[in-house]
Amino acid sequence: MSAVDDQQRRTGLFQRPSSTAGIKGWLTTTDHKRIGIMYFVAAMIFFMAAGIEALLLRLQLATPEAQVLDSDVYSQMFTMHGVTMIFFAVMPLSAAFFNYLLPLLIGARDVAFPRLNALSLWVFVSGGIFLYSAVFFGGYPDTSWVNYAPIQEVGADPAGYTLEGGVQSNRMLFYSLSIQIAGIASLASAVNFITTTLNMRAPGMTFMRMPVFAWMTLVVSFLMLFAMPIIGVALWQLMFDAGYGGNFFRPGAGGEPILWQHLFWLFGHPEVYILILPAFGIVSEILPTFSRKPLFGYAAVVFSGVAIGFLGFGVWAHHMFTSGLGPVANAAFGLTTMFIAVPTGIKIFNWLGTIWFGSLRYRVPMLFSIGLVAMFTIGGLSGVTHAIVPHNAQQHETYYVVAHFHYVLFGGSVFGLFAGTYYWFPKVFGRMYNERLGQAHFWIQLIGFNLAFGPQHILGLEGMPRRYYTYPPGMGWDLWNLVSTIGGFLIALAVLLFVINLVWSARKGPEAPSDPWDARTVEWLTSSPPPQHNWDVVPTISARDELWHRKYTDEEIPRPVPAGASSDHEQGEADSEHIHLPDPSWWPLVLAIGLPVASWGVVMDSWPVIGGGIALMLFAGVAWGNEPVTEPEPDDVAEPVEP
Amino acid sequence: MATETAHAPQTNFNVSNEKMGMWAFLGSELLFFGAFITVYLVYVPRTADGPGPEVFDIPFTSVSTFILLMSSLAMVLALAGMQDGDLRRFRTWTLATALMGLVFLGGQLYEFTLFVQQDGLGLTTSAFSTSFYVLTSFHKVHVAVGVLMLGTLWFMSFTGRIRADGQGTNAVENVGLYWHFVDIIWIIIFTVVYLIPVDLVT
Repeated sequence: MSAVDDQQRRTGLFQRPSSTAGIKGWLTTTDHKRIGIMYFVAAMIFFMAAGIEALLLRLQLATPEAQVLDSDVYSQMFTMHGVTMIFFAVMPLSAAFFNYLLPLLIGARDVAFPRLNALSLWVFVSGGIFLYSAVFFGGYPDTSWVNYAPIQEVGADPAGYTLEGGVQSNRMLFYSLSIQIAGIASLASAVNFITTTLNMRAPGMTFMRMPVFAWMTLVVSFLMLFAMPIIGVALWQLMFDAGYGGNFFRPGAGGEPILWQHLFWLFGHPEVYILILPAFGIVSEILPTFSRKPLFGYAAVVFSGVAIGFLGFGVWAHHMFTSGLGPVANAAFGLTTMFIAVPTGIKIFNWLGTIWFGSLRYRVPMLFSIGLVAMFTIGGLSGVTHAIVPHNAQQHETYYVVAHFHYVLFGGSVFGLFAGTYYWFPKVFGRMYNERLGQAHFWIQLIGFNLAFGPQHILGLEGMPRRYYTYPPGMGWDLWNLVSTIGGFLIALAVLLFVINLVWSARKGPEAPSDPWDARTVEWLTSSPPPQHNWDVVPTISARDELWHRKYTDEEIPRPVPAGASSDHEQGEADSEHIHLPDPSWWPLVLAIGLPVASWGVVMDSWPVIGGGIALMLFAGVAWGNEPVTEPEPDDVAEPVEP
Repeated sequence: MATETAHAPQTNFNVSNEKMGMWAFLGSELLFFGAFITVYLVYVPRTADGPGPEVFDIPFTSVSTFILLMSSLAMVLALAGMQDGDLRRFRTWTLATALMGLVFLGGQLYEFTLFVQQDGLGLTTSAFSTSFYVLTSFHKVHVAVGVLMLGTLWFMSFTGRIRADGQGTNAVENVGLYWHFVDIIWIIIFTVVYLIPVDLVT
């Protein structure tokens, strides 16, 4: 760091921290890799919280007329399980991968807006803490993650009418504001990743040379950019209804309960692609590597992902076939829903084509990826049955639906994210995970998952409704519910092994080389773990699977390539003094704290607290704008790519 | 530090990251307003026997709309001053833009008090009133944030963050983009929230 910069750092109106050591270094970091790791850790904590909630639900349902949870607590638990898993576990887990990998995959040194990136992280964490603080204000939201009107007004239980003192209103405010806060984090991430992908690719990294995961990051970012505002509007309206006497969803003064469903699903269906496409991107990286073949039909995989992104906005009403839209709308949305199965099917066949006649290595990431292809296909097929309107009416609000979306979200997204975790673990920590423990994790999870959710298809077709806290004996549901609960605990055991493996291996695992998998993409070019500036020299890209190309095109015999090698040396050694990285900053964290403070003010109906939160945000915003800027030096930024 | 203009940041699309990010953000904002306006259009007839769109005072709102539109012109002049390296012109027109934004906000708040006190159209009166107030207030918050950003720009021209040598042009351009966007949204709101429903009622 030059003397001039130090001077400016000290004389600025707001000083800027420069140390990257210790806990302060993590709290103020703007390094996308550290932010990615923190995203992962926080999301895993929420993942386990939601998992414990699911176990409580399964305990209650294991036997008929069980007394583990009462109706009110049961409703809170399944709502929290859904909200947490979707907004505070799976989405941030995907964001962890975006953060860590996107700059590495496209050959950048960081994301476009490092401080905004830190803001996304802290806003997401503060949203989660805010949501879980609901227990101090009369309980958690209790009307499921879809939270239909008008049940949101009275609560899940008819006894909810007796919930006095605004308890139900508080619960709705926690639902509304916590997801709103998480949505702000997603929007900021979306802007950041779109700009990064479009603007900061390495020289030669054309769009059609981008790794599929980078492509899926771009598609998901656009989905978030256009879907989050819609749920934002719905949540904003819910806040006015619950807290300020608004009439958006209240039929008494002209409001329309069905409007909530439209807004919610207009967001909600793109949301399921926000949840699954990152996993699709991950397996599209892993399957070629462990099959030692290029991805079959790269362009088809990319464009089917883009097609899913577009079509995802045109299918929302298939969640509403029983709400009385009429035969024309039902038929139209039934058709679009069948259409959207086509690009998904294209991806499945391309993955099979990739594996076909490949030289397969069944390491843990590969196992999870194959698991995704198989499990997601089952979930996808039951999804197509939902597109058939009469069939849908039969399944609506039964466990068949629960089985379906757990096959796509757990069997799809979570399998994919776990695959990615094992795959990139050596890159992130410079150490290998324990292969045997990982394999045990996979098989226990696969068996537990199928035991937990497979029988729910049968339960649903036998008419067991969702969201009921108990059921009478003699319905023929006893056995499959017990099996499902056993499966749930097997999943919990598997996730426990996963966490033990990660924590132990990150400290004690054997050291990993920079390219342990003989992989194809450029993140394996740099050291494991990567230096803070990612690359001494930004790689110049000349092929789709750049690293593979560098390793195998010139010579018959494969040879490993040391980090920072190949053409970099011809351009001269890097001058690491010259690489100017974004400095740490306190203000993303401070700004993020203002959001839950203002939200608690809304819940407490206290204008001073709301004002305090907003003032904190404004102050942090001013400080953000006025702390010393560290402009990137011109040679630090990617040169324009020739089209 | 001062290399921003000397070497404009080279990116894949030759657009600065900040501007690209702002465009993405505005794309998202479009969906925010689109959803609010759609909800309002559904709810126009749902007055629950309370006052409807006939309470709107079109001439008054036309005047405040005109002022907001003229603020866009002032914003263009502020940016032109910046690009010519004339800080004085930049400061004058930035302040003028912010002031016109404030006048618009004042007019809107005055209008709200009239609706509430004279016409008895409160936030909780009907689905129509709730959707009207929430939509227009959401826009007002955007104008207020814009005024804050303009004030910050004006302030930055004294602290050396915005200089006559072109330092900070990027920030001015981005605030300008935002300000024009908020104006355009108001044109849509004025048309579909005020003009068309009044026409249908009368």
